[in-house]
Amino acid sequence: MSAAAPTSTAYRRRASRPAGSRLELWSWYYFRVSGVLLLLLAFGHLAIMHIVNNVDAIDYHFVAERWRTVGWRVYDWLLLFLALTHGQNGLRIIIDDYLHRAPWRAAAHTANWFLLALFLLLGTATIVTFQPPPAR
Amino acid sequence: MRWRGREAYWAWLLHRLSGVGVMLFLFLHVLDTSLVLFGPEAYEMFVFLYRAPLFRVLEVGLAAAVLFHGLNGVRIIVIDFVAEAARIQRPLMYATWTAFLALFLPAAFFMLRPVFPALGLLR
Repeated sequence: MSAAAPTSTAYRRRASRPAGSRLELWSWYYFRVSGVLLLLLAFGHLAIMHIVNNVDAIDYHFVAERWRTVGWRVYDWLLLFLALTHGQNGLRIIIDDYLHRAPWRAAAHTANWFLLALFLLLGTATIVTFQPPPAR
Repeated sequence: MRWRGREAYWAWLLHRLSGVGVMLFLFLHVLDTSLVLFGPEAYEMFVFLYRAPLFRVLEVGLAAAVLFHGLNGVRIIVIDFVAEAARIQRPLMYATWTAFLALFLPAAFFMLRPVFPALGLLR
């Protein structure tokens, strides 16, 4: 890489399929596969929560009613899993692009994996263990 | 052959910024949703914030970030996997922005309509 600005080299380097490391190729495909699934799940989630319903309607009762249906828990968990892993993959690449000093890089990568584990656990625990109150 | 216009740079930058923005909101959203485990009072103590006019505007910004990131992602995938697409990168970029506006403008209207009075619009 020449002495060009980091943003412009990063922009060029990401333009096509990475050659070399197996992890980078796998990550490249994962972005695209999870991205297509997220297109359906995330746009659907926005339409349901912000257009059909809205934040005035979303309260504890709304969540409880929704999560009585196992299908919605599955939908929400898939969205949670795909969004967190797709986003973690993105943050990993951003760390590689902008943090050049070894200790900062290592710390940032560790924090990024830790955040993925933490939020995946918390989100999964919420979706799986929530007990709706008895139906009215 | 390859089209590397300024527009492609801005799309790349916006893709990055919108991705980071959505990820930060996702962390917050996992935390707020986890409050349902602690009962109605705990959950509502937090989500009432989302109903404030300031948050309604931020919510529209979130929708814009998700829509742009998704549609620009489709553009990237098309260029990656369709050989002929490399020759029509400029029309693809216009198509992306057209699709964005076609989805975002009505979405923003419906999302903000309940708070038009509070924002000083339409009475």
